[in-house]
Amino acid sequence: MFLEVENINVYYGAIHALQGISFHVNEGEIVTLIGANGAGKSTTLRTISGLLRSRTGSVKFKGHDITYMPAEQIVRLGISHVPEGRKIFAPLTVRENLLMGAFTRTDPAEIEASMQRVFTSFPRMRERINQLGGTLSGGEQQMLATGRGLMSRPGLILLDEPSMGLSPILVEEIFRIIQEINSQGTSILLVEQNALMALSIASRAYVIETGRIVLEGDAREVAENPQVKNAYLGV
Amino acid sequence: MQYFKKTPVTDHKPNSRLAWVGQGFLLILAIIVIIILAQNLIRSPSLFAQNVIDGLKLGFVYAMIALGYTMVYGIVKLINFAHGDVFMVGAFVSYYAVTRFSLHTWAKQIFPGMPDWLVILIGSLTVILLSMVVCVLLAVTIERVAYKPLRDAPRIAALITAIGVSFFLEFFGALGFVFSPRFIPYKQPFETMSWYINNGIYPITPGSMPPDGSITFSNIFLIIVIASIFVQLLLQFLVRRTKIGIAMRATAFDKPTARLMGINVDQVISFTFAIGAAFAGLGGVLYAIAYPSIHTQMGILPGLKAFVAAVLGGIGSLPGALVGALIMGQAEALTMGYISTPMRDAIAFTILIVVLLVKPTGIFGEPEKEKA
Ligand SMILES: Nc1ncnc2c1ncn2[C@@H]1O[C@H](COP(=O)(O)OP(=O)(O)OP(=O)(O)O)[C@@H](O)[C@H]1O
Ligand SMILES: [Mg+2]
Repeated sequence: MFLEVENINVYYGAIHALQGISFHVNEGEIVTLIGANGAGKSTTLRTISGLLRSRTGSVKFKGHDITYMPAEQIVRLGISHVPEGRKIFAPLTVRENLLMGAFTRTDPAEIEASMQRVFTSFPRMRERINQLGGTLSGGEQQMLATGRGLMSRPGLILLDEPSMGLSPILVEEIFRIIQEINSQGTSILLVEQNALMALSIASRAYVIETGRIVLEGDAREVAENPQVKNAYLGV
Repeated sequence: MQYFKKTPVTDHKPNSRLAWVGQGFLLILAIIVIIILAQNLIRSPSLFAQNVIDGLKLGFVYAMIALGYTMVYGIVKLINFAHGDVFMVGAFVSYYAVTRFSLHTWAKQIFPGMPDWLVILIGSLTVILLSMVVCVLLAVTIERVAYKPLRDAPRIAALITAIGVSFFLEFFGALGFVFSPRFIPYKQPFETMSWYINNGIYPITPGSMPPDGSITFSNIFLIIVIASIFVQLLLQFLVRRTKIGIAMRATAFDKPTARLMGINVDQVISFTFAIGAAFAGLGGVLYAIAYPSIHTQMGILPGLKAFVAAVLGGIGSLPGALVGALIMGQAEALTMGYISTPMRDAIAFTILIVVLLVKPTGIFGEPEKEKA
């Protein structure tokens, strides 16, 4: 199994945020995790990338048990987490932000090639290369965050609400790029408020509610589910 | 130019009237100071220049220490009060290296034919390097043992721990079998030489006095200035151009996200302490050579003044540390020259109080911005 999350329980102090979540991502897939605010989507991603620890169960990636692995080592295995709220390094330039995305890599020529690839997907970043991250617009910051996440050449990328705060045109654009990244061989675990868009590009979906997975299946099936339609798709 | 994100020392926003009074007061103070200085400059330009040179000597030493405060604060938001004591340890290590082990002449033992100046050059560099290495090991150990376990604790806990570590180093060092509780005359690894400027530059020979109205300076003054500027440039390069330097800035800004990049935050923090300590060690040796009497509490005042310099420049800012330190050096030297020597320490802390009242973020500091 590519990514396998099994029965994870995560707490913030006394708050039991994830209550026995299990799911998996196959190689090459786009899988989406949808759910209301506070359901535990971001917590799930943080647990996979090592920022949080589960008290039970396990997280396995490409045969490695990463449940207790520090975040900085998990990246080296090929998981890249683009966190909620972009988390751009504001005092660093666009170029420096991208270089930090490639922190685990050493070959300067290959890093440069990856940077050029990011610029092909996000031409705006090339124009802004020496601008400070903190001075970018929200949409530009999202592009930079996604580009930075790609700089480690991940096998799996965890995207937390990449469309948040973007104009409809940019949302279209970012989803197009997500599909493009996927078609180049990167598996994607996508967390989205915009369930309709997410379901339209994903192959499978999990619906999460107050720390539990309440529905899972083929993205198309999930999109047809009456409860999902009612709760998340606003139909 | 802000290298490290930082929080202001206090969060208070003076209301506009208070700020106005504060600025007015500061302006009047500045005018008085400038008038007094101008009078003295006109009365005796050479004496004034002499004070400025003495101030530069102090200021450039403070700059080396202030870098450590400002970098460590930038990355872990801790005012490392033990930093001045690391500086002290640097001075003591060089003292023992010279007196007990004659490390400053080791090259002579191995290559008897080597010219003396080369022996002393190599020997002095070895002594300085040894002090720096010991300081680095000490600071990294302090960080691991005392500060790291408190990284997620309230900031005040780490701050009080830092004060505790500082006392520990001072009083442990004062034990007879460690360093000494007394003032020790420092043995310099190389001879200090002095020159005077009076229609040209002439060396001062032992036993002779330079004519009235000359300005004197020494080789150690030149070494301090060059070393301090070199250290500044080196650090600028490190922080702006190297991968570890960029990672330091990323870590200072946002540790969880830095970890997501694959940055080992603990290593980066240790590295930051190590650099600060290396510069403190260098400063300690040069300070002891310039003011050759050492004591286990010798680090307290230079440490505190360097801390004031870092706050004055804007804590977290590297150029701020240099500018703040140079201002502190001048303030102290001019106070000694024109008011009285015992006032030198009072003036340093007066500056701290004025900065905290008028602009707590310092010269290069910016008010805390919300994270995006
Ligand atoms: N740092 C924290 N400290 C305490 N509780 C937290 C923290 N972060 C999240 N929580 C709580 O954990 C639960 C899950 O939060 P999480 O951020 O994972 O939700 P989410 O599904 O990502 O929501 P959103 O769509 O709003 O981003 C929520 O009840 C939240 O209040
Ligand atoms: Mg979230």
